[in-house]
Amino acid sequence: MALVYPTDSNKIHPARPFPDYRSTVKRSPSRPLVIVPHTLSELTGPVYGQDTVRAGDSDLTQQHKAEPIGERIIVHGHVRDEDGRGVADSLVEIWQANACGRYIHVVDQHPAPIDPNFTGAGRAVTDRDGYYKFITVKPGAYPWGNHTNAWRPAHIHFSVFGHAFLSRLVTQMYFPGDPLFPFDPIFNSVTDAKARARMVSSFDLDNTVPNWALCYRFDIVLRGREQTPMEN
Amino acid sequence: MSGLTPSQTVGPFFAFGLTPNRNYAWVDTFSNNLVTPDAAGERIRIEGRVTDADGAPINDAMIEIWQADAQGRYAHPRDSRALPNAAFKGFGRAGTDADGVYAFDTIKPGPVPGPDGAPQAPHVLLAFYSRGLLTHLYTRIYFADEAANGRDPILALVPADRRRTLAAKREERGDLTVYRFDISFQPESETVFFDV
Ligand SMILES: [Fe+3]
Repeated sequence: MALVYPTDSNKIHPARPFPDYRSTVKRSPSRPLVIVPHTLSELTGPVYGQDTVRAGDSDLTQQHKAEPIGERIIVHGHVRDEDGRGVADSLVEIWQANACGRYIHVVDQHPAPIDPNFTGAGRAVTDRDGYYKFITVKPGAYPWGNHTNAWRPAHIHFSVFGHAFLSRLVTQMYFPGDPLFPFDPIFNSVTDAKARARMVSSFDLDNTVPNWALCYRFDIVLRGREQTPMEN
Repeated sequence: MSGLTPSQTVGPFFAFGLTPNRNYAWVDTFSNNLVTPDAAGERIRIEGRVTDADGAPINDAMIEIWQADAQGRYAHPRDSRALPNAAFKGFGRAGTDADGVYAFDTIKPGPVPGPDGAPQAPHVLLAFYSRGLLTHLYTRIYFADEAANGRDPILALVPADRRRTLAAKREERGDLTVYRFDISFQPESETVFFDV
């Protein structure tokens, strides 16, 4: 029974549980996962292309009456599969805190200001070569209750679809040189340094728009290979 | 080629971006209702409660399902058989509520081909995400009243005493057919998750 996509690639993902991140302890399986072959069910997945996204969904600075407070940034990158091929026409969703480190979510009680001009949600679809682009503001760091004086490094949450249901990825994009990296158990749950570095965007001076916005590049590598279907 | 981008937790604050459900100024791309007007097949609700290792409800989880239509066809280019119901996408997303409960309105999927050409029993793929879970989990919803479960090649790989955790139980609630599928991290009833 075939494993169509390599499963070794999964080893770079964080372990469940990862006790330094306290909430993982009671929300992880205690028994081994059951290894199963890849069938048509796993190798297909939702297809959401250009018709899914409304004009303006990818510009988080233009969703309200006025522009949000904060450092305007462009975040763009290439979504590709394990063989380096661009993943075309695939939905990318993001959500983030505002420039002060506050989410619009009702559960967020961090005593930092809410920005009435910033929701912090966006979506885009990759183009025919696999590229996406957002305009937003740089999110602030925020405290959380994991341990004494715990702060999350600034990050943007990403949800990406890809070729198949087993190429689904939810991750976080970080900013280069963040002083909070050594102290964050979520970031450090990825124990391989090279893999960890793949979650850190790079400063992209070439694509900065002079007098308007800085630019960060975040490439995303998903499971999967476009090869001949094994079914039928 | 370079390796994969690592997974990170969905965190506690995904709802305004991923499952706004009219509570936030953002429009859902998809919802927990998969039914489209052209979708033939038996209408069902899949409903369940999510609990942590202590049995406490997980009220900030996100669940996604992926399924074939009633003829067992996926709305995806890789499924090259005749067209599925044209508008039925087969994908849904839901958050859990304060009691850890989620629900999907959908149609019962038909059997899809298995690894060796033999049909698999009708099933729905489920991806589970939550605060406190760094890498999402996969499982499958099977339907307890399907005779084909006994011949399913994937269920056969699951230890016999744990297969019941994957079998959604049917109940009639007025006109509504509900399949109950709880997700548990409690040792005695822990849901089987798959390494794919
Ligand atoms: Fe966050």
